[in-house]
Order: sequence, then C-alpha cells, then structure tokens
Amino acid sequence: MKLVILETYAQASEWAAKYIRNRIVHFGPGPGRFFTLGLPTGLPRDHPESYHSFMWNNFFKHIDISAENVHILDGNAPDLQAECDAFEEKIKAAGGIELFVGGIGPDGHIAFNEPGSSLVSRTRVKTLAMDTILANARFFDGDLSKVPTMALTVGVGTVMDAREVMILITGAHKAFALYKAIEEGVNHMWTVSAFQQHPNTVFVCDEEATLELKVKTVKYFKGLMLVHNKLVEPLYSMKAAGAESSQAKKPYSD
Amino acid sequence: MPSNKSVSDAPIVQFTNCRILRSHQLQREDLWVREGKILNPEKLFFDEKGSADIQLDCKDSIIAPGFIDVQINGGFGVDFSLATDDFKSGIDLVSQKILSHGVTSFCPTLVTSPPSVYHQVLPQLSIRNGGAHGAGILGAHLEGPFISKEKKGAHPEHCLRTFEAGAFQDLLATYGSLDCVRIVTLAPEMKRSSEVIRELTQRGICVSLGHSVANLAQAEEAVQHGATFITHLFNAMLPFHHRDPGIVGLLTSDKIPAGRRVFYGMISDGIHTNPAALRIAHRAHPKGLVLVTDAIAGMGLAPGRHTLGQQVVEIDGLNTYIAGTKTLSGSVATMDTCVRHFQEATGCSVETALEAASLHPAQLLGIEHKKGTLNYDSDADFLMLNDDLYVQATYIAGEEVWRQDALGM
Repeated sequence: MKLVILETYAQASEWAAKYIRNRIVHFGPGPGRFFTLGLPTGLPRDHPESYHSFMWNNFFKHIDISAENVHILDGNAPDLQAECDAFEEKIKAAGGIELFVGGIGPDGHIAFNEPGSSLVSRTRVKTLAMDTILANARFFDGDLSKVPTMALTVGVGTVMDAREVMILITGAHKAFALYKAIEEGVNHMWTVSAFQQHPNTVFVCDEEATLELKVKTVKYFKGLMLVHNKLVEPLYSMKAAGAESSQAKKPYSD
Repeated sequence: MPSNKSVSDAPIVQFTNCRILRSHQLQREDLWVREGKILNPEKLFFDEKGSADIQLDCKDSIIAPGFIDVQINGGFGVDFSLATDDFKSGIDLVSQKILSHGVTSFCPTLVTSPPSVYHQVLPQLSIRNGGAHGAGILGAHLEGPFISKEKKGAHPEHCLRTFEAGAFQDLLATYGSLDCVRIVTLAPEMKRSSEVIRELTQRGICVSLGHSVANLAQAEEAVQHGATFITHLFNAMLPFHHRDPGIVGLLTSDKIPAGRRVFYGMISDGIHTNPAALRIAHRAHPKGLVLVTDAIAGMGLAPGRHTLGQQVVEIDGLNTYIAGTKTLSGSVATMDTCVRHFQEATGCSVETALEAASLHPAQLLGIEHKKGTLNYDSDADFLMLNDDLYVQATYIAGEEVWRQDALGM
C-alpha cells in the first residue's frame, strides 16, 4: 500500500483530488472509453433525496458528467437483491471499476460492510450497526426512529475487484480504525483490512488519523512523501500525453 | 449537451459564473431556467437525465429576483390618475421604461380622484404578465379618496370622501369596479372602516393604512380586521409619540394576529425620510420593510412642472413639491436608486436591500410562491446587477427584456 500522510484535512483532500485527476487524465478517457469511478453509498438508500442531494451538491453539479453515466443503487427498487445483482452487472459492463474511492468508519468498515461482513461479499442489502445509525441520525434531524436500518452497499469483494482503491481517512476518531486496518491482520471485524491483499491501494490521511500508528510506520511513510508527491504533479494535457500510455507509471513498486 | 425530450421540448438555459440570491443569501450557484420558470437542476439531472442547452456566463454578476413596486403614480410624463383616452399607451410606456430600473412587476397607483376618473381609468387597466413589452401589472393601488383631511398631503381636498353612509357600497360606487384592484389605502379612524376593511380583505384586496391621524389602538383594530400594509411609513400620519406611537407603533405592536405580518412601505430616496428614521424603522421591524418609489409623472424627466392627478407639482432635483409649496408630493426616485440608498443608509447587507424590493412586496401580496424569489418553479423574473447594485440586465419569464448597453441608458 501507499500511505500518504498530509498535515491537515484540507491538504489531504487536495492531495486526493489531484491524485484522482491525474489518474483520470493518464487513463485518457474518451467516447466509448469510460473511466469508472466507484464511490460507496454514503447514506442509506431509502432516502433517495438525501443521497442524491449530497452527490449532486458535492460532486455532479460541479462537473460536466452526463446523467446517463451516473449509476446509483436504488433503495426503493421493488426487488432489492435484484437491484444489487443488476448493479454488479453494470460494473462488469462498464469494464470494471478503475478506481474506487472510499472512506472508513470508526468501526473500520468500508462502505456499509459492517464488522462481520464477509471479505468476499458482493453488492447486497445490509443491516446497519448501531454506530452507523447514530452517525447518520444527523441527516434525519437527530431522530433515531427515522434512520433507516438497512442499506444497499457494494461488497468488500466488489471493491477488491477494482483495479485501484483509494481510502480517505481523516480525524482522530478514525485513528484506531486505521491502526487496525494496516498494522494488524486481515480481519472481517475491520473490513478495510481486506485491502492489505489488494495489489494497488492508497491510504490518504491527515496527522490526526495517524495517532494510533507506530511512530516507525509514520516516519517511514512520511519519508516517502517526496516520491508520493510526484504522483500529484500536474500532467501535460491529454492531447500531449496521447493515448499510448494507458498504464499509470509508478516510480517504485509496492 | 441535449436535454431529455421526454418531459419538455423547451430549451434549458443555465446561467453560470454568478451569485444568486437564494434563502436570504448570495450563493455561488448556477441559475437554471426553462419555460419561463426557475428549474431545479438536481431533478433535471436525476429524473430527466437532462442538461443545459445554452450556457450563459454572467461574468460574476449578482442575480436577484426582479423588483416589485407597489406604489408608483406614473413616470416619464405619464400620470396614472389622469383620465385620458390614451391610458393604455401611457401605462405601456411606463411599464416598458421601468424595466431599466429593475422593476419586473408593479401596481399602478391612483391618488385621490373624483369618481369619474376611477370609472374611466380602472376599466382600461388589466392585470397582465410582463415581457419584452414591459413589467407585469399586478393590479391597481388606490390611494384614497377615503383618507384623512388633516393628512391629505398632496391629495386634493375636494375629492376626499367618507364611507360613513353606506360603508362598502360607498366605496364600490366611488371606484366603480374592484376587478383589477390589488391594494387600497385608507384611513382607519374613519367611521365604519372596519366593515370596509373586512369586505376588501375577503375579496383578496390588500388594505393599507395611510394618510391618517389614527392612534395605535385604531391602527391595531384595523389590522385585526385584515389590514396588512402601511403606506409610506412616517409620511402623512401622526408622528411617533412615546405614549401613543400611532400607526408607526404597528411595527412593534403585540396585538398583531398570530401568523400575520404587518408590512410598511418606505420611500428611501433620502428625502421623504431622514436616514436615521429609516434606520429606526428597519431595525425595529426588518422583515416588514417594503421599498416603494411613489414615483410621479416627472420621474425620468427634466426638472419643472408636471401634473399629479388634480394637482400641479414642481420638480427640483430629487424633490417634488405641490407647486408653490413645500408639501412633498411623490418622488422622482427610481427603484434601483431606492435600493442603493436603503443599503447605504442602513448599512444592511446586499441581500437585505434586495429582498426589501422583491421578496417583501411579494409576501405582502401573497405571491411569493411565484414572484419575488429565485426558488424552483417560481417565475423567472430576475435581474443581473453589479456589486454596487446597478442593474445590468433585466429578465422576465427567462427572456432578456432590457440590457445596459456600453454607452449607458
């Protein structure tokens, strides 16, 4: 894995954004050649308004994506499992996920794959842990009874199939989860640990999130920042780079 | 990118690089318009999978809802209280010219006049939508003749009336028809005014208190019966007194029925009200302040003599007096000047100044679901302004109806 440590939340966000930008430009998307960006479902899908609004306000309205290229799990579908299976098919049809960007829960979950989720799970209906329900209460005016208890989510296995995975972890409350995810073993109680077995993972975090890591780990990866920062340097325009290099050139191997 | 034709064929316009007034704040958002209404881009994206057909760069302008003037007696040589056969072309001229002041809807106002004038003029008036031809007409504002003799201001005394004898029937006989009437200003201390106010309110006509010597109790009673507006606060009413604040006291009265708000018009031209008084009113009741021009025929014309109904008035700079006196009679201020002066004098935010000329009049008339805001599904009547609140372009129903050209207008 690459562990990229930035000082603040803002810097971590900026680094991650530039990295994604570079990956997209390097990939050279075009008509018929789509860069498939995977994102976890941020909120229980029973409230399509809230989730749609979140994605619209924070992402879609700022870019020129056409609506046909946006696929969101529909929590109101009549047959939820069929909806999940269809989603998996859509991912295959799009050529697989090029880059999956996700966060981590305080209990170490990726997307809604709560502790105990199978590490080879696919897109499915999940019951939410109490922690998650509490965390989501703020979207429902603090009324716990209104928070949906089930959600549709991509599985750990689904994300593992992505060609590259980027996990964003910021804040001291995520520090223990980060420790469990990268310094302890692969464990279905901390589902993000599954990515130790993925060939191409980047963890982007701020100082606060490293509070539970060994000083040795932090020093090692901070020492690599010179190399990491090359990954976010502005690239030449897509025309100049040409369609020849479809492989991201890595300055060193994992 | 083409829009999805399944819902509507109409072109979708996206105004970008602008700051729009929404939810009482200037937000850096794009404005989307389709078929003369403000469009919800999120619904367009997810439900229709649509996108903009035309994108316009607004060069960092402020986009605000179009101004609504609920008290304007005329302008550019036209006097709405003059009974001519040519009333229609007069109103067309004014409605077209005020587009450059940012006014997209207005209430042509008639001052105290003999019944013959109302009977001749009102039938020639029609409520209509705005467009390239001019600002929309929301209905007439009849200021008088049921007002107080002591506070007639520039209104002609011989035309003042009471409705002591037949209450509402008297009023109806005087005006002839109430079909296109939106606001009536009257003095609530007059006998049987409560009946009249109730009757008018039931017909959806906004009752305004003005040109009156009412005390606070009488004003509060009028509000209980349905009055919701005060005509040009401070002018033509008893001054504020600490033991009887009079009509001015409505701004902080505790006898306003729950769920109702009393609005008050202010002519913020720097002449009708001392800026300190403007500030006192604004601070006491900021959500009720409605900017009005009370403009007269001389607005937009050179200084000199003009008519105002049955009177002759004289314009000298920004001041207009009854010829030969020092009695103020209307103003020659334009709506955008009033907005700028209001913002300067009170030091309020740009958002507050703009809302006083758009949202508040719309709320007064109960039309804020389609006018006075940039909310989704509202009529797309809006303005592009620069940071100093000078109007650069006026749009009605999504179409550009006026633009500041390089040489200025």
